[in-house]
Amino acid sequence: MSLTPEQVHRVAHLARIELSEAEAHDTLCHLNEIFALIETMQAVDTQGVEPMAHAQDVAQRLRPDRVSETDQLEQRTTFQAVAPETEAGLYLVPKVIE
Amino acid sequence: MIERNLTDLARALATKRISSVELTRLYLDRISRHNPQLNAFITVDPAASLAQARAADERLARGDGGPLTGIPLAHKDIFCAKDWLTTCGSKMLSNFVSPYDATVIARFKAAGAVLLGKTNMDEFAMGSSNETSFYGAVRNPWQPECVPGGSSGGSAAAVAARLAPAATGTDTGGSIRQPAALCGLTGMKPTYGVVSRYGMIAFASSLDQAGPLGRSAADCAILLNAMAGFDERDSTSLDRPTEDYSRAINTASGARPLAGLKIGLPAEFFGDGCHPEVMKQVDAALAEYRSLGADTVAIRLPNMSLSVAAYYVIAPAEASSNLARFDGVRYGHRASDYRDLDDMYCKTRAQGFGAEVKRRILIGTYVLSHGYYDAYYLQAQRIRRLIANDFVEAFRQCDVIAGPTSPSTAFRLGEKAADPVQMYLSDIYTIAVNLAGLPGISIPCGLAGELPVGLQLIGNYFDEARLLDVAHRYQQASDWHLKSPTGFGECSAT
Repeated sequence: MSLTPEQVHRVAHLARIELSEAEAHDTLCHLNEIFALIETMQAVDTQGVEPMAHAQDVAQRLRPDRVSETDQLEQRTTFQAVAPETEAGLYLVPKVIE
Repeated sequence: MIERNLTDLARALATKRISSVELTRLYLDRISRHNPQLNAFITVDPAASLAQARAADERLARGDGGPLTGIPLAHKDIFCAKDWLTTCGSKMLSNFVSPYDATVIARFKAAGAVLLGKTNMDEFAMGSSNETSFYGAVRNPWQPECVPGGSSGGSAAAVAARLAPAATGTDTGGSIRQPAALCGLTGMKPTYGVVSRYGMIAFASSLDQAGPLGRSAADCAILLNAMAGFDERDSTSLDRPTEDYSRAINTASGARPLAGLKIGLPAEFFGDGCHPEVMKQVDAALAEYRSLGADTVAIRLPNMSLSVAAYYVIAPAEASSNLARFDGVRYGHRASDYRDLDDMYCKTRAQGFGAEVKRRILIGTYVLSHGYYDAYYLQAQRIRRLIANDFVEAFRQCDVIAGPTSPSTAFRLGEKAADPVQMYLSDIYTIAVNLAGLPGISIPCGLAGELPVGLQLIGNYFDEARLLDVAHRYQQASDWHLKSPTGFGECSAT
């Protein structure tokens, strides 16, 4: 299998990473080498093998639905102190709806 | 003082032979002298460390110190620590001062340990050489032209050069064990779920696990005692009874302390592909194990050769999802010029991530995308099952599995940096352990030329105490773990 430059651009768009033409070229070469390694998997017959998503065979733990943090306003201030841009407790981003 | 183990340091602190402030100053001074050469630390904050040390001294004076009270420890910069810059080795988080503590950090704080500094690492823990760090490569104290391994390369270099008595690391595909091997240290990846991942910046959530990096198995057991334990804030944390990981180490032993122990030697670990000098040291260590009473048995892990391929589907897939959070909205880097929201995301991520991180996000996005999911992601998960089953079968025939940690000693800076596939293959012996979720430890077992060689021991699920004990018995009979690189002062006198 070999990726095309169009596929690299499409994947980069899905991942929201801007790639210049030069970067896309380098990336394509590296990705093709990596996929050559990955392709070795395809020769293995795994029919009937249960996919393993997780290292431990345990069920998702449940917890009571209760408020655990009681200082929400203070927390918001603390957490927004490291944000690029905020106003009145809100995160600012470029306008989405005109 | 810098050659002492954690038990001796705790004793020196408890008996007031040295204060935590003095000990912390000693290490801060060593960092300021030697770090410019090694680049092992990203952040050092003497005022914050010394404040913790003073608090530890007060606690010791009250007589309620524990085994780690007053001991300075270095933490991989993947652990969020309140009011500390926490970068994960990335430009993306180069301005991120964490508003909270990771559980691992909180547990060390509760134990009274001093946070000595945050160590350099491959960006977002993606790398095996520490060369992908935005903060520059780390040098191996044993040979400055060589890499320390990765991704916990800064932690390993710091402990090897005795800029810290011990450190933490994280291990997704070998990131504790491989740098431990390349820097002549003992490093353990516990069973998946034993140490909380809360506040530990996620790379591949089904594989990531934190663990200790120290100079001996006994030290690692003490660190693991502080790190391990159930945490309701991590949905994958396992609710198990508290264990004393030092308990087996602390039992007395005779001349043949490992009599009855069966060590499995997988044919796949002892074939071609491992450097002969590395294999020679591993063989010598196995001979030592036999003289300690252990038996070695030949075993097979037939699907081992597929582990790197499966890993490079699963880990990037999980990473592409985990790293979607870095969008320039809530924290971290944001591009300064952009047209609209979408352009802000694209430029922020293009600028914030380095080449290797981008590569892995792209691989992950591709294998999860429409039409490819079954062929890649599902197939990788099925192979993961086959690999885990191999270990289940193997542990019917033996108690622990042994082999080399890394196929070579530390390689030269730049040697593999341009060739991702070669870099990935340097983790060939460690990756399967993460896929299965088993505990593994690397211990120093010799030198090849002037560079350390690591022996990897793999245990069954939750068998950390035995694994640490098996490592400890070797360290009682050998002195490879006591060897230090030269050029970092105060080697023998104290």
